[in-house]
Amino acid sequence: MRAVVTVIGKDTVGILHKVSGICAEYNVNVIEVTQSVLQDMFAMIMLVDISDINADFSKLVDSMDSLGQKLGLSIHTMHEDIFNSMHSV
Amino acid sequence: MLNAYNILETIRMIQDECLDIRTITMGISLLDCIDTDIDRACDKVYNKIVTKAGRLAEVGQQIEKEYGIPIVNKRISVTPIAMLAAACPNGDPVKFAKALQRAADTCGVNFIGGFSALVHKGFSAGDEALIRSIPEALDVTQNICSSVNIGSTKSGINMDAVKLMGQIVRQTAERTADRDCIGAAKLVVFCNAVEDNPFMAGAFHGVGEPDCEIHVGVSGPGVVRAALTKYPDASINEIADIIKKTAFKITRMGQLVGARASELLGVPFGIVDLSLAPTPAVGDSVAHILEEMGLEMCGTHGTTACLAMLNDAVKKGGVMASSTVGGLSGAFIPVSEDAGMIDAAVDGVLTLEKLEAMTAVCSVGLDMIVVPGDITAETISAIIADEAAIGMINTKTTAVRLIPAIGKKEGETLEFGGLLGSGPVMPIRNKSAAKFINRGGRIPAPMHSLKN
Repeated sequence: MRAVVTVIGKDTVGILHKVSGICAEYNVNVIEVTQSVLQDMFAMIMLVDISDINADFSKLVDSMDSLGQKLGLSIHTMHEDIFNSMHSV
Repeated sequence: MLNAYNILETIRMIQDECLDIRTITMGISLLDCIDTDIDRACDKVYNKIVTKAGRLAEVGQQIEKEYGIPIVNKRISVTPIAMLAAACPNGDPVKFAKALQRAADTCGVNFIGGFSALVHKGFSAGDEALIRSIPEALDVTQNICSSVNIGSTKSGINMDAVKLMGQIVRQTAERTADRDCIGAAKLVVFCNAVEDNPFMAGAFHGVGEPDCEIHVGVSGPGVVRAALTKYPDASINEIADIIKKTAFKITRMGQLVGARASELLGVPFGIVDLSLAPTPAVGDSVAHILEEMGLEMCGTHGTTACLAMLNDAVKKGGVMASSTVGGLSGAFIPVSEDAGMIDAAVDGVLTLEKLEAMTAVCSVGLDMIVVPGDITAETISAIIADEAAIGMINTKTTAVRLIPAIGKKEGETLEFGGLLGSGPVMPIRNKSAAKFINRGGRIPAPMHSLKN
C-alpha cells in the first residue's frame, strides 16, 4: 500500500527534512520524491510506502496537516488508490 | 502509473473546484420491523437502524481522511414507512417519524429518507394515513425526509393522490411557516420513483433491494465547468467529450469510496448515482456549466438543448466508470440550491415553464422552487400533475418539490441556509385548474408504440 504526499507553498529551509522526518516517525518508507522550486514556490510530490506504518493512517494525515499549518504550506496526504482509480481505466 | 500532472489535477479538483462525495447513503430494509403494535414497531425500527448504521458516520470520516476527499453527507434510506404503518391501522404514523429522528440523532447522520408511500395505482392500507400525517411528521422532526410516488409509466397517474398531495404540500409549508416553510423542502412528489436513490429528499429503500446496502452520490458541477473553461472555442461534440471524460473521473471517485465504505461496514455495495448535484457555494453550479457552454444566462432559449447534452454526456462518462450505476443519475436543477439558478430566477429569465421543459431532459424535476404563499392546493396539484405527465410519457423519473412561501409574494425570498440555499418566490399562472383536479380518478397508463 502506498500513499502520496504533496507539499505546495513558499520555499523555506528544511521542508523535505521535516516531511520525511514525520514519515520516519511513522515507519513509512519514502519511495520516490519529485521536487522543484519555481520563483520561491516549493512543490513536492512524495510517494511513500505505508504497508508497515506503525499507527493509523489517519494519524499520519493529521501530523502532516499540522506540519502544513505550522509552516504555512498546503500538505495533502492521500492514499494512492484515489489517483489510480481516477486516472486509469 | 502515477504522474505529477494527474496528482495535481485531482488535488485541484478537490481544493478549488468543489469536488466532493455528496453522500454515502445506507439503505436499510425495515420489513422485518413490521408489528401490529406501533410502539413495538417503532422500537424495532430504532434498534435496526442503530445496529446497521451506528458506524456509518465514523466510517465516512475515516474514508475522508484516507483519500483526502470530503464526504458532505452521511444518510440513511429506509423501506417506505407506509408499509409498516399498514400493520397498525390505529397507530399514529408520526410515531414512526419520531423513532426515525431518534435513530438519526443516535447515528449522527444528516438525513433519514423513507417516510414515504407508493400510491401510483391506488391507496393500500396505511398509505392514506401516512400521507395525511406528513405535515405533522415534518414539523416535529428535523432530519426526516418524505416522498410519495403518485404515478408511473406502467400504471398511469393517480389523480386522487395528486389532489391530496397538493393539500399536503400546502399544509406542510403552513405548519413550518415560522421556519421559512422548511417542511415542504423535505417533501417530494414523484412519478416513476427509483428504489435506490441516495439523494434527499426523495431517498427510500425499495422492496426489491437487499436487507442493507451502501449507495454513493457524487457531485462535481464545479469540476465540469472548470474543464469547459479551458476550451472556450470547442465545438459541441468536443464539449460533450470533455464532459464525458470529466464525469468518468468524478464517478471513479464515487466507485472507490462506495467500495471502501462497503468493505469497512461489511455491507454490500449498491449503486453510484452519477448526478451532478449543485450547492449554493460559489463554483458549484449546474447553471454555470450551461452558461459556460455559451448561454448568457441559464433559462434563456437554448437552455433545454444544453441541459440535454450535459445530462446525456454525464451518464455516458459515468456508466463506464462504475460497476453499478443507479439512482437518479443525471444533472439536478434545484433552483434554491444553485447559485446560477437563483440569479436567473431573480432576474426573471428562468421561469417555471422553462424549468418544466428542462425537466423533460434532465434527471429529476421541479426541484426546490419557491411559489407565492397564496397558491391554492389545487394549483399545486395541477403543477404536480403536469410534471408527472412528463415523467409518465417519457418513461423517466420526475419529481416536484415546491415550497409555498406562506405569507410571502413575488419579489420576496425564502432563506433555508446550508445546502438548501435560498429561493426567490417565482410567479405562477393565476387561472384555476380546480375543476380538473377535483374530478379525481386516474390518468390511464400511456401506450408504448406509435411514439411521436
